[in-house]
Amino acid sequence: MTREELQNSLPDLAPGATFEEGGEWLNMNVTAESWKAVSHALKFTAGFDFDYLFCLTCVDWKTHLTMVYHLTSTTHRHNMVVKIKLDRTKPEVETVCDTWRTAEFHEREVFELFGVVFLNHPDLRNLILPDVWDGFPLRKDYEDPINMIKL
Amino acid sequence: MDVNPKAPAPFPGEVIQTPGGGILVSRMDQVINWARSNSLWPLVFGTSCCAIEMMSTAAAKYDWSRFGFEVARATPRQADVIIIAGTIVNKMAPVLKRLYDQMAEPKYVIAMGACATSGGPFFYNTYSVVKGADHIIPVDVYIAGCPPRPEALIHAMLSLQEKIKSGMTREQIKMEKPEQSF
Repeated sequence: MTREELQNSLPDLAPGATFEEGGEWLNMNVTAESWKAVSHALKFTAGFDFDYLFCLTCVDWKTHLTMVYHLTSTTHRHNMVVKIKLDRTKPEVETVCDTWRTAEFHEREVFELFGVVFLNHPDLRNLILPDVWDGFPLRKDYEDPINMIKL
Repeated sequence: MDVNPKAPAPFPGEVIQTPGGGILVSRMDQVINWARSNSLWPLVFGTSCCAIEMMSTAAAKYDWSRFGFEVARATPRQADVIIIAGTIVNKMAPVLKRLYDQMAEPKYVIAMGACATSGGPFFYNTYSVVKGADHIIPVDVYIAGCPPRPEALIHAMLSLQEKIKSGMTREQIKMEKPEQSF
């Protein structure tokens, strides 16, 4: 599907979703509550078949966090981006590792570096950082007076 | 340190001509240093992009075997020199220390590139990077560059050979002057 076709047909799968202008791929904003159902529909609805999650990351905007999921379809060769705005004080979103298995490790990485809690994740613990670690290093307000030399 | 590319250091000592040949007079220490410097086995150790340049130096175009470095070892027990090719992060630091401790003496260290020298591009605003590998283990030769070209690595290796030939090892100095700390 082309970008326009995706944008026209996606509201059927994700009611209430909004779309952003610009960007290389179609950007869709959904709520954290609807994400579980939407992710399942994106992968298993014929015609969409987003079977490959090729990037899962998070952005700290200082006022809020944004989860970013890059999806592609290996059969239809179309791409899209899903964004979810999260509360910075209590960031919680459903895991998608039962839809895309690769999300399991990527969500662990986002969990340790940004502090996003993935609900129903099977093994949510630090991936690269040591097991005992205070703070979330990739948040903008992270401070480490011992190791960091501020510029 | 001056490394003269035209004339490699000759075998230490002098030949006293006698009928039917000659007698070589030399100092044992110098002969041992000469032997050591011409067969340095590096440890296979690379933590980021400097390792690509190190591999290039080992490959056919630059070919560090011309200087006696060709036997790269995958175990520190058989290695003489560790080339720190890349960024050392806090999590890697104890591993690097353990590798260095496992190497047999005499052992030498080359800090390759900006990261191994000072943290380089990761000096400011980074929580994870060690600001110079010399916080962990003593370094003999530093190379500037990000990453250094293979010529720079070869120059550092020749400098290390000059250093070995010019005097005592760190362990020998320690034994003679135990009050000095290294």
